Amino acid sequence: MRDAVALYLHDRATVAIEGFTSSICFSAAHEIIRQRRTDLTLCRMTPDLVYDQMVAAGCARKLVFSYLGNPGVGPLHCIRRAVEHGVPNALELEEYSHFGMICRYMAGASGLPCFPLRSYVGSDLSNVNPKIQFIKSPYGNESVAVVPPLNPDVAIIHAQRADEDGDTQIWGLLGSQQEVAFASKHTIVVVEEIVDESVIRSDPNRTLIPGMVVDAVVHLPKGAHPSYVQGYYDRDNDFYLKWAGISRDEAQTNAWLEEWVYGVDDWAGYLEKLQDQEPSIWQRLAPGDAYAAPVNYGAYR
Amino acid sequence: MSDYSPSEFMIAAAARALEGKKTVFVGVGLPGVACNLARHTVAPNIQMVYESGVVGARPARSPLSIGDPTLVSGALLCCSQADLFMYYLQAGRIEVAFLGAAQIDRYGNLNSTVIGSYDEPKVRLPGSGGACEIAAHAQEVFLIMRLKKRAFVETLDFQTSPGHLGGGSERSALDLPGSGPRVLVSDMGVFVFDNISGEMTLQRIRPGVTVEMVQAEVGWPLKVAVDLRDEEPPSPEELRIIREELASRNGQVE
Repeated sequence: MRDAVALYLHDRATVAIEGFTSSICFSAAHEIIRQRRTDLTLCRMTPDLVYDQMVAAGCARKLVFSYLGNPGVGPLHCIRRAVEHGVPNALELEEYSHFGMICRYMAGASGLPCFPLRSYVGSDLSNVNPKIQFIKSPYGNESVAVVPPLNPDVAIIHAQRADEDGDTQIWGLLGSQQEVAFASKHTIVVVEEIVDESVIRSDPNRTLIPGMVVDAVVHLPKGAHPSYVQGYYDRDNDFYLKWAGISRDEAQTNAWLEEWVYGVDDWAGYLEKLQDQEPSIWQRLAPGDAYAAPVNYGAYR
Repeated sequence: MSDYSPSEFMIAAAARALEGKKTVFVGVGLPGVACNLARHTVAPNIQMVYESGVVGARPARSPLSIGDPTLVSGALLCCSQADLFMYYLQAGRIEVAFLGAAQIDRYGNLNSTVIGSYDEPKVRLPGSGGACEIAAHAQEVFLIMRLKKRAFVETLDFQTSPGHLGGGSERSALDLPGSGPRVLVSDMGVFVFDNISGEMTLQRIRPGVTVEMVQAEVGWPLKVAVDLRDEEPPSPEELRIIREELASRNGQVE
């Protein structure tokens, strides 16, 4: 992870760590904070705790987003502090709706100059974001909104498994993981398991991101804590609730970053601290099993 | 008659509004509880759709958010959010969607973006999420909000999601595909949006609440239906289901 971040994440880069509530790569975010990257443009539909932490650490210059919230809990206090009071630094906002963000990724992924969607009529969003425009359909009188492509310098995607070439399989909430991987100039995939290519080839419909768009594969089990990975571990909701308290206060937030991010060498150090604090944490977050029925692709020889 | 809280009243009333519906777009917080209650009472075959990409969820536990993994296990299907927004929402396949907001005006336009000015907000709120397009495309929008003077305002600080805009035929003139807000369920009563004017009208009231009490929490001269009546309080069975669901949540529903 250290090498992947050092190689692809430069200051002022445009970065997307996606994953809708699910599979949010906190391990990458912590590494970026540790390497003290600054002036980043952070793209994400739901900035979530992951960008709250990066904003608090002073990594970000700008957010491109559609919903600021601690899901199911409340507001994101660090981002609010940055927006309302410029702490630790001012934060520029470029704001869309969810569908608008998705369409930006789709335009970026498919090489289009814009992507049409029926939204923003009767909304002030297009008044505060000049990138949201309206065009007339050439096939009738209808007007549609358009948004421009979003092509981040780096996408970071957390997933269940990949082979060594980065052929990546994802199940559960798919979010916009595929779109953002194809849209980005470089894609780093972080996985719970590295599997043999034959495992990937046994179930090709599940391969969402091919190795051809992946620049680096990082094997980092539990690398999405405190978010969850479908079938591997549950969301650590205790932490999401705890963060609501910590993040409310700037000093407490900085102390937390000092202890849990700067104070450890790497993700292994973070996991060790977690385990020391709560020896049974992974039992608590174990989901139990629910396997899909196998499918027969057929052996056509 | 059993005791019930204003929130429980609101959840029960919202669930009843779903009677006979087949697809509902479920939002965070109270709507999730209301949809779950409807599934156990007035709409047993309702398909719950989530903007996270899940269609036909059968959560085995109470979901902590709209992205909870329990929504995936046992669902009918789980797709990318691009598919969800294009094929389900934009194509008009959602019958009812629940929305709420920090501010609402008499025509059901919603603000979930900022209090104060956009560039120098007093309070920075979460933003649209999917609300802006949900408000445009769901065949009907049901609103669920607690009555508060600072939320029910004459003029929004920011219009995130379109309701009936300036009222009358303004919404249909803009080719918004869905019919807009139909019902608003609050903790003090149920409002219905007038077909002609597009303005919300108090139709049913929580037993023990007066029109004056409602007016005190609304920032414009309230329209009241001539046949205003009491909304049935939650039944013991409704209360049992609501309480079971709430007990397993974060201890808060919004």
